Amino acid sequence: MSTLTLAARPAPMMRRKRQKSSLPGLPLALGITITWLSLIVLVPLSAIFVKSGSEGWQAFWNAALSDRALAAYRLSFGSALLAAIINAVFGLVVAWVLVRYAFPGKRLLSALVDLPFALPTAVAGIALTAIYAPNGMIGSYLANSGIAVAYRPAGVVVALVFIGLPFVVRTVEPVLAQVSREMEEAAVTLGATRLQTFLWVVLPTIFPALATGFALAFARGAGEYGSVIFIAGNMPYVSEIAPLLIVTQLEEYDYAGATAIGVVMLIVSFAMLFLINALQVWQRRRVA
Amino acid sequence: MSRSNPLQESRTARLGLVLLALAYVGLVLLIPLGAVFAEAFAEGIGAWYAAITEPDALSAIRLTLLVAAIAVPLNLVFGIAAAWAIAKHDFRGKAFLTTLIDLPFSVSPVVAGLIFILLFGGQGWFGPLLQDSGLQIIFALPGMVLATIFVTFPFIAREVIPLMEEQGKSDEEAALTLGASGWQLLWHVTLPNVRWGLLYGVLLANARAMGEFGAVSVVSGHIRGETNTMPLQVEVLYNEYNFVAAFAVASLLALLALVTLALKSYLEWRHRDVLAARGH
Amino acid sequence: MKHFSTYPALNGVSLDIGPGEFVALLGPSGSGKTTLLRIIAGLDFPDSGRIVFAGEEVTDKPAARRGIGFVFQHYALFGHMTVARNIAFGLSILPRRKRPPRHEIARRVEELLELVQLQGCGERYPAQLSGGQRQRVALARALARDPQILLLDEPFGALDTRVRRELRSALRRIHENIGLTTIFVTHDHEEAFALADRVAILSGGRIEQFDTPQGIQEAPASSFVESFVS
Repeated sequence: MSTLTLAARPAPMMRRKRQKSSLPGLPLALGITITWLSLIVLVPLSAIFVKSGSEGWQAFWNAALSDRALAAYRLSFGSALLAAIINAVFGLVVAWVLVRYAFPGKRLLSALVDLPFALPTAVAGIALTAIYAPNGMIGSYLANSGIAVAYRPAGVVVALVFIGLPFVVRTVEPVLAQVSREMEEAAVTLGATRLQTFLWVVLPTIFPALATGFALAFARGAGEYGSVIFIAGNMPYVSEIAPLLIVTQLEEYDYAGATAIGVVMLIVSFAMLFLINALQVWQRRRVA
Repeated sequence: MSRSNPLQESRTARLGLVLLALAYVGLVLLIPLGAVFAEAFAEGIGAWYAAITEPDALSAIRLTLLVAAIAVPLNLVFGIAAAWAIAKHDFRGKAFLTTLIDLPFSVSPVVAGLIFILLFGGQGWFGPLLQDSGLQIIFALPGMVLATIFVTFPFIAREVIPLMEEQGKSDEEAALTLGASGWQLLWHVTLPNVRWGLLYGVLLANARAMGEFGAVSVVSGHIRGETNTMPLQVEVLYNEYNFVAAFAVASLLALLALVTLALKSYLEWRHRDVLAARGH
Repeated sequence: MKHFSTYPALNGVSLDIGPGEFVALLGPSGSGKTTLLRIIAGLDFPDSGRIVFAGEEVTDKPAARRGIGFVFQHYALFGHMTVARNIAFGLSILPRRKRPPRHEIARRVEELLELVQLQGCGERYPAQLSGGQRQRVALARALARDPQILLLDEPFGALDTRVRRELRSALRRIHENIGLTTIFVTHDHEEAFALADRVAILSGGRIEQFDTPQGIQEAPASSFVESFVS
């Protein structure tokens, strides 16, 4: 005869202990994850910070904040900001029609939106240059009215608009689809016009997602290299983006200079990552 | 019935918005895509064919496939391990780990290349050591693979984690009570449940791996016929004013992008309910 | 009559509701009761037939200008606004020349908070309230523009029994205070009989009986009514 003895007691609830999972394999899976993460991401990234300190603070600041570097940051961050604003506006329109309307070609439009995720940046870069060059398809029209895009700072914005569009559309789309019809109906029964409903009810509800998409597009644009260098003209102080300045200094064996600019770019990346995480938490609260 | 639906914009507004969206996407995305093929075939299919079968182009194609064939499977293993740990278990620092996995998304590709130069370059941490042993990482295949793994690092994990979270643990727990081992769980229960998300992540990671430019450019050294991948070959040809050849190689990459998008749309359409959980 | 692809159709429905009356639309799911309420509100439109409020035809009038207040089953509060701003919404979006001054709106919000017994909750957000409190806010919001008719769609459907009972008496009390014509939808016959002056029982898109609770209980018009209310 066997008796079943229950010797186990539930663990005491001291300092909110996490519940142990019923599934095996955590040590191995976590081990692989952390090892790989350290080898590929964390150790290499720490190298840049160690390197940046090795030549002293003064040298670091001189390189990180040289006039040429400042001009490059201004161009990279400024055009990324402008491109992200353009994409926030039009990306919202694209997301809106994809979520709300049925029309011929919708599936194709939806598939096309992801093109910048799939098309190599160098290909986008030479294609945009061919189009916007003074003898190109659009460039020749613009040249007639005295507007130059290629080989100018404006070219950088054109490239970053291309790169950033899917970030806005793909972030806004799922959240827009979640906005409850009831909430919009409530606004209508309270006397709101369609525009008022959009401005005061729908837009504030999806705003965190729109801001997330904007921030993702900005972060990607600020560090973008491949699609920009062909169309930008790459004149120091005028149309030279920060990542290109890093490459130029590497080619001149100025490792300290490249590192200093790289550190500035990385710090901005970290800040954006932090901001994007905070925005996502905000959105989850808002829709729930 | 012509009465307006109070929850929908007027016909004119709807039409206007759809046309605006189509025009914007057409201008920003479609025209550049068309331009690649137009330029590639500008001097006829013969010139195109000659350009992509030229020895340097062929070696670039081979190298591109090789880099992706190493980088993507490694990230696949990592992605499954990370998803298993994060989606199926609870531990301290989980949210922080998830954020760290996303980190490469927000790092400039050029910075991604730079960090490997600082580690393995001539003046880098391991530079002298490598020189003594005769092993070359920078300006060679290992460096290009490392840089590619870095930039494609989050892709697969990102697709699979939300999907695994959504599936919950009940299937696995059922299998456990039936006597399955950990590996059997993974192979027979968990992976089949997330296979479409996994495929989706592999597609995106592969597209990025084959197309990566900035990071690979910094570590490759641009040695023709040796360390030029297809995107780098495009740049070299373009800078030599050999536009037809540059666009010919570019058109192959654009074709890859189109195949990726077509497969992605097909997966989304076929498995929209399963993939609905994904974040982007 | 209106045909829907996914909603049940309504068939020859005719209702005449007096001013200040409290009416329940009662029926099983799929009976068309919610559709009827939404048509009265102007959120759905009939294929034919007329809707008349106090002698004025409103069939083609958009919901925003019908002068109705609508309370939704899942509250539909605006999560990004405080309770006070939710209640003030209908007033604050009025065109400038019709909009009351700010202190007037604030006074009205206080008045409504008191009416639904939520004094002091104006600065909270909907997420910080219980289900019953949220439904009270939704009620206050619907009343802010002094509607001619108050419409409620399964207003207590998402709440537990105790809160349900509390809110029922609150609604009854408010109705007695302001004497507003009120129509509410429910699938619970006890709730309908406890609250309403008259009850319309719907089934398959038709009105089976429209009478006082007592009248229905004493003389059910059909075997359906008899089995549904017993």
